[in-house]
Amino acid sequence: MREFRFFPLSTFRLPGFVPAVTRRLPQWPPAVALTVALNAMIRLGVLPKENLDPLEGRTFLVEVLDAGSRISFAFRNGAFFPAASGMPDLIFRANLSAFLRLVARRDDPDTLFFNRELFVEGDTELGLVVKNTLDAIEWPKIPEFAAWPIVRCRV
Amino acid sequence: MEHYRIPELVCPAGGLPALKAAVDNGADAVYFGCKNETNARNFAGLNFTRETMSEGIAYAHARGRRALMAINTFPVPGRENDWREAIDSASGLGVDAVLLADIGLLDYAHEHYPELSLHLSVQGSATSHEAINFIHREFGIKRVVLPRVLTLAQVAQIIRNTPVEVEVFGFGSLCVMNEGRCWLSSYATGESPNTAGACSPAKFVKWEKSPGWMSTRLNGILIDRYTDDERAGYPALCKGRFEVNGETYYALEEPVSLNVLEILPDIVKTGVSAIKVEGRQRSPAYVALVTRILRAALDALGRDIAGFRIDPAWRADLARISEGAQITLGAYNRPWR
Repeated sequence: MREFRFFPLSTFRLPGFVPAVTRRLPQWPPAVALTVALNAMIRLGVLPKENLDPLEGRTFLVEVLDAGSRISFAFRNGAFFPAASGMPDLIFRANLSAFLRLVARRDDPDTLFFNRELFVEGDTELGLVVKNTLDAIEWPKIPEFAAWPIVRCRV
Repeated sequence: MEHYRIPELVCPAGGLPALKAAVDNGADAVYFGCKNETNARNFAGLNFTRETMSEGIAYAHARGRRALMAINTFPVPGRENDWREAIDSASGLGVDAVLLADIGLLDYAHEHYPELSLHLSVQGSATSHEAINFIHREFGIKRVVLPRVLTLAQVAQIIRNTPVEVEVFGFGSLCVMNEGRCWLSSYATGESPNTAGACSPAKFVKWEKSPGWMSTRLNGILIDRYTDDERAGYPALCKGRFEVNGETYYALEEPVSLNVLEILPDIVKTGVSAIKVEGRQRSPAYVALVTRILRAALDALGRDIAGFRIDPAWRADLARISEGAQITLGAYNRPWR
């Protein structure tokens, strides 16, 4: 009954030395990559602009715990920008495998929260807006090349 | 071999991808609501606009599935028109039924849209065949969703005594189950499911992480504190741990999920018309998984009810996505009367 095993993306944890190495690296390249991707999603109409209004002027921190990576970004004037580290309005913390399972829709955020794999701190309502905006995305609308990593995970 | 009618599988949709996930994974019907207080899952960013609802209904209908719209909160006095407009748009969009809880709205829908199928929502809190038959006689409801407070024997007794189709819950989060009558959330926040469409609205919820602990606060009130290896639940007041006579424990209800797989054959034998999955607030991944498992289980029952066996993978996957630490049969198998 293989088809009912719904979590082929295994739960893994990066080796312990990774954060020690990553913390010595600049944190802005991942922030640039993420914000470029998010802005492309706005342009392609994947992220509906009207849903993003509550995000205006807010700052976010995504912390990949086992990678030792902290990605700070903000949403201003309808676009995402890397942000200087300060006090974010909303923090998501999880290991890399949990974030991947979330993006690939293998696990839902509630499951990860119940299982204590995802931590949310700060403005909870803003967190709910982000979660529900992500859930409302119809991935097939993304052009083939951009959707490739996600489609691969959904097989 | 015994043959029973296999109930309709009714699955939740908080957005278009969840609706499609439900349909693609075998739901016979999907239920959803508008982006406002007219439904009991009024969470920021969740639910449907007129456009997405129209697309979702078309998607379900093209595949032979039914589309049900939940308008299951109680109108705020002076603003009844918002709720009536939701009924007007449901009729205009061609939904297969609306789920209503309020008697005034049942009357409005029955009078203005006699062709529209009406279901009495679980929030309508009808737990006896007399109550159900009264609503049926006055407003012509086609189906009732039973509150999660009845034993299986009581469900069977209702089915024997009413012409109304009976829908029961099969999977999802539980609360104190004083459905349609719970105001607990109001004591901490001023808002409750029946007034603002949300229990423990997110704007009042704060999670605080400290070494070894995570605390949950609702409008500043500490309602629970988890150690790092404890599973968490939703930040609802009824699922908080409270100090009672010097002991701190879940005084009202535990974070727990209903899962009827173990008694699904018995539920089917009572003659229920539909099995409902809770969770419009959940993501498409949850909807897809639960729908797929319950579809497989119901199909297996349709083939051979006596030979029904639960696939251990179903049990493991459902346990993983459940709220809190436990799975329960809820009131269905309550030994006491």
